[in-house]
Amino acid sequence: MKITIWGCRGSLPAPGPEKSIFGGNTSCVQVSHKNTSLILDGGSGIQRLGASLDPDTKEVNILLSHLHLDHIMGLGYFSPFYDPDYTINIWGPAGSNESLVARLRHFFSPPFFPVRLNELPAKINYVEIDNSTFIIGDFTITSEYLCHPGPTVGFRCTAGTSVFTYIPDHEPALGSYNFIDPEWCSGFNLAYQADLLIHDGQYTVEEYKDRMGWGHCSIDDAIKFGDLAKVKKLVFFHYDPARSDTELEQMFLNSTHKLQIPFDIMLGRENEVFYLE
Amino acid sequence: MSSKEIEIILSRQWADTLSVPVFIVDPKGNLLFYNEPAEEILGLRFGDTGSMPVAQWSTIFTPMDDQGNILKAEALPLVQTLGTQTPAHGGFWIKSLRGTSYKISVTAFPIMGRPHRFLGAIAIFWKIMEK
Repeated sequence: MKITIWGCRGSLPAPGPEKSIFGGNTSCVQVSHKNTSLILDGGSGIQRLGASLDPDTKEVNILLSHLHLDHIMGLGYFSPFYDPDYTINIWGPAGSNESLVARLRHFFSPPFFPVRLNELPAKINYVEIDNSTFIIGDFTITSEYLCHPGPTVGFRCTAGTSVFTYIPDHEPALGSYNFIDPEWCSGFNLAYQADLLIHDGQYTVEEYKDRMGWGHCSIDDAIKFGDLAKVKKLVFFHYDPARSDTELEQMFLNSTHKLQIPFDIMLGRENEVFYLE
Repeated sequence: MSSKEIEIILSRQWADTLSVPVFIVDPKGNLLFYNEPAEEILGLRFGDTGSMPVAQWSTIFTPMDDQGNILKAEALPLVQTLGTQTPAHGGFWIKSLRGTSYKISVTAFPIMGRPHRFLGAIAIFWKIMEK
């Protein structure tokens, strides 16, 4: 399984020379195995991903964790939408009232965007998911609702014996009971014994105190969550847009240097590629 | 071990902050969580019992009307909510394991997750009288 990070910034694209190492594009990750490729989220990183696709590819699957702007803002700039030969399957979390397509139309319509969703030349299919397990090509995917404002799911992607879990926006401190009991911890099923977990790590412990309920977590809480779920590798994601490369590295060191962590941890960065056996 | 649905987890977090007794049950009536004020009424501690099957917790106290007649399960708001997936309200007497009798008022409502998934029910108890 091959996992490519096309964008790992949270909230807002953050270009600039002081962010060139970790990148400024918002959430987008590509997962490939054999003949199947999945796109997780349509943040601004999806624009570059679109330009990299094999010209023979005519069908893509985009799995949206949720519809906050930083996770969908790149969709309108994803070139396959403008190719009538393309079929695009958009999978996203079901809400209580409005359908997935109705919620996406809020963004794909004036004055926010000049092209309406039904004017896009590609054939687009919409699939609403909740706590679901489904198959796309070589992948078995499990989605589950998570502790984050609005309908939000994470994804557990399994191919062969490899497991990759994607939980970009998550507040496990609110959605767990002190990280003690797996039965009472948001996201545990998705992350359990994953070979690689990409997880929210937006804040320091101090910052989180003033941002409780915003749907994100500290690096420390992400580590506690990864430890409870017994993951093999944890990659942090969804960085604050104001944070420079230097500040990110310092935050990572400050949060982790005193800890004994029984698994690999690292800061994710744009263009980073991971391979799972 | 698998984790519970996020709606149930957050319901517990919420119940844990309240000073009124709260029960959280799954669609079959199994008691998933009760908070500290509910521990007083039950005479049990969640930390000791954990979740309890319906057959176990429903025998802990005997619900009675004002005349001392034992109530059928179907008369209880929580059971009604599980059957109808709509809110229910009522009042009755119960006797805790510690021997205290309480008259309680109960409001039960369904936990409907997205998208309209029935995940169980929450019952909130108000202690009206004790003897």
